[in-house]
Amino acid sequence: MTAAWTHDGYELVVGLEVHVELATRTKLFSASPNRFGDEPNTNIDPVTLGLPGALPVLNRHAVELAMRIGLALNCTVQRCTFARKNYFYPDMPKAYQVSQYDQPLNVDGYLDLPDGSRVGIERAHMEEDAGKSVHVGGSEGRVAGADETLIDLNRAGVPLVEIVSRPDISSPDQARAYVTELRSILLAIGASDAKMEEGSMRVDANVSVRKPGAPLGTRCEIKNVNSVRSVGRAIEYEARRQIDMIEAGEAVQQQTRHWSDADGRTHTLRTKEDADDYRYFLEPDLVPLDPAAEWVESVRAALPPLPAARRAALAAAAGLTADAEPVAVLVERGQDGYALAVAEAGGDLGRAIVHVQQAFAEAGEAPAVSPADLAKLTALETGGQLTATQAKTVVGVLLERGGGDAGAIAAELGFEAVESGELEALVDAAIAAEPDAWAKFQAGEGKAMGALVGYVMKASKGQADGKQVTAILNARRS
Amino acid sequence: MTRTVTEIAAGVRSGELKAVDVLEQHLAAIDAREGDVHAFNLVLADQAREAAAAVDAAVAAGNDPGPLAGVPVALKDNMCTRGVPTTCSSKILAGWKPPYDGTVVAKLAAAGAVTVGKTNLDEFAMGSSTENSAFGPTRNPLDTTRVPGGSSGGSAAAVAAGFAALSFGSDTGGSIRQPAALCGVVGVKPTYGRVSRFGLVAFASSLDQIGPFTHTVADAALALQVVSGVDTHDSTTIPEPVPDLSAALGRGVAGLRVGRITDLPAGADPDVQERLDAAFAALAAAGATIVDVTVPAFTYGLTAYYLIAPAEASSNLARYDGVRYGLRVAGPDADSMFAATRTAGFGDEVKRRILLGTYALSAGYYDAYYGKALKIRRLMADDFAKAYASCDVMLTPASPSVAFEVGAKAADPLAMYLCDTYTIPANLTGDPAMSVPFGTGAGGLPVGVQVLAPALGEPVMLQVAAELERSVA
Repeated sequence: MTAAWTHDGYELVVGLEVHVELATRTKLFSASPNRFGDEPNTNIDPVTLGLPGALPVLNRHAVELAMRIGLALNCTVQRCTFARKNYFYPDMPKAYQVSQYDQPLNVDGYLDLPDGSRVGIERAHMEEDAGKSVHVGGSEGRVAGADETLIDLNRAGVPLVEIVSRPDISSPDQARAYVTELRSILLAIGASDAKMEEGSMRVDANVSVRKPGAPLGTRCEIKNVNSVRSVGRAIEYEARRQIDMIEAGEAVQQQTRHWSDADGRTHTLRTKEDADDYRYFLEPDLVPLDPAAEWVESVRAALPPLPAARRAALAAAAGLTADAEPVAVLVERGQDGYALAVAEAGGDLGRAIVHVQQAFAEAGEAPAVSPADLAKLTALETGGQLTATQAKTVVGVLLERGGGDAGAIAAELGFEAVESGELEALVDAAIAAEPDAWAKFQAGEGKAMGALVGYVMKASKGQADGKQVTAILNARRS
Repeated sequence: MTRTVTEIAAGVRSGELKAVDVLEQHLAAIDAREGDVHAFNLVLADQAREAAAAVDAAVAAGNDPGPLAGVPVALKDNMCTRGVPTTCSSKILAGWKPPYDGTVVAKLAAAGAVTVGKTNLDEFAMGSSTENSAFGPTRNPLDTTRVPGGSSGGSAAAVAAGFAALSFGSDTGGSIRQPAALCGVVGVKPTYGRVSRFGLVAFASSLDQIGPFTHTVADAALALQVVSGVDTHDSTTIPEPVPDLSAALGRGVAGLRVGRITDLPAGADPDVQERLDAAFAALAAAGATIVDVTVPAFTYGLTAYYLIAPAEASSNLARYDGVRYGLRVAGPDADSMFAATRTAGFGDEVKRRILLGTYALSAGYYDAYYGKALKIRRLMADDFAKAYASCDVMLTPASPSVAFEVGAKAADPLAMYLCDTYTIPANLTGDPAMSVPFGTGAGGLPVGVQVLAPALGEPVMLQVAAELERSVA
């Protein structure tokens, strides 16, 4: 479990609503491209523009991706309907959003986090995105004071799935872990590119506080949380704001609040009183969607292994725990398969994981360096022909060149193993040069070993094998 | 002389008639009487002449232009026509040109029909007299002191006046059948989903259907055949193949069971009731069995309709906000612009229904109004299904009265709403229904009898209508 969050005797109750844009080729109800970054108002058509007489036609691929999300989150996929959510906004072409209301596609799932906690998923429903308003002129790009507002409808009608968690999250860390894990799953199943910075994954947090055992407190919905880091910061800030109010004898008002990364605070966006009445009703232009059991099962069967299973597999193979950081990082990057391939090619999995975590951040899921090339490097390392430091340098060259023979590169760089006799002499010199460190080390202060190893590495110009030096020092002490 | 759709198409396809000559006859009729009738918002004479010439050229080249070759057709001005203004008789859409053809429009063109113009309607199809038009009322060509009915009054009048051999309207609560009755022509509302709504500007999406106006039942069957069928652009269209709608027209009605609804809401004028009784008698004489049935929910149709249709309309018409197309009245901020645009752009009846519908869907009122109306809609479907267990079709009046005088009900919305008492239930159930002229009532004005049939029952509905047509001839 992540550390329990309490503050002045209050506990935190958080539910997250995560919107993700689906990675379809076309929009939810029309054939216009679903593509980020194009010239404004080029990916449009009569349906996107809400022209009179235009009708929506449901995108089958969007349904399939939405089902993938539901199944990956252990939801029940059910017969569902679409509804209209009515409100006026300049970038809402029909003045209603087609969404799912009382009969969503996916219900009653859960997401297990790496720390072993489980967060319930209430629903994951389909809906269309709105366009974008760009406020031009005035002070700061906000609608107030702007000279004019430009509207780009490229995003209008892009398929979204809104994933609504149960209020099972009890700390900012857990909220971050939930978002991180959800993002990994979305990437793994190919449902979304889930880029928070581009808005293809957007998080709203419902936050309330209470004394343990007390009924749920009044919640505030926090919007504009645009990074995993902000998720934690915004929840932390909002919880403390609410506690301070209660402690000061004030009542928390149900509000929608806007998170500002710049000042690290949440600000009132609207109160419950001026909330829209959305007048939901069944969308008469669409028929109910009742996915056949065979379809659901074929989507389920085609799901790739999910991050949790992949972490477990990699950890088991490497003799690590499933929540070990390198394991999480590799799976997050989709490089777990690559590391396992290095092992299969005769390499050392432990060393491969270290190198991939440290040096392959930009290498993608299928690095240019072949598993065999990296395997050869780790073999040289475990065989004692290369030190960890030398190996790291060779890996850098491998990445630069997109592969190559590690042995040849090591020779090119003039890397030779330091003889063990020479090492003993260097250790003698280190003890002589750093008597204080040696004394502390002998007294059982493990940290003191750093200065001694450092001396040897410096004296050997980095050619000494750190592991062997450590072994010699440990042997001398006992 | 007036030629039927069937005669024109056959003549043009065989080369005996020239599409351009047929067109000129109709354009001449428009020249002569359109000033009095005002059936059209727009007459497309030049475009029609080109289309007719192309049809003749196709015939001359040995190609078949299609089952409606050279047939002059008028389209209700809520059907999207590429590059041609489509106004819904509203200021808010004045001048707007759709960038696409609706499915029905495209099918008509592909079948060789020649569009002569866009016809007047009650604004956004809301009304029963074609007086609620931003461009002035349409008059009944049989008596220009009277209304043609509505909302498809322009389309009904265009056929009645000989301006077009065929026209199309839309029917949400009776907007094809009631004007057909008042103008003495045939008007059909097909089964919901039989005809694509793609390109029909929505009033109430779950009720709207496009259908034809013609002089004869055979013409209606032919025209409906052309425009029917599943459409990938409209998810609510019915996938079942369309049968031959003309096959049963000559079969008579021997052995058919015709339902008489004993608990039909009162309100039909005596002259209308008399014609309905005569219709039952005529069918009985032709060998049909008249069966008494009850449809208890019929009475609640009007109430349910005036919650469901405005509710959907309040949402469908929300897009006219001045942002992307149509009228824009500037304001200091977006909300002010929306309000100013909609205040200036919509007429009173449209505003009334938007208010009604918004209220019916509002938090705290949904269950009492919209929710209850949906229950009545389900009851209506159940009651109709029970009635059809003992009969093949049912007859009612299409309109409680013959054509009334211009202005007679304009100031009384409730009196106007009652015009749709008999037509609304078929929209709520989605079943097909049509009005067929069956003699005259007060003042020698036409009376229409409504033939109701179960879903996808167009063949038997048209079969019975054809018998009524024969028996009155």
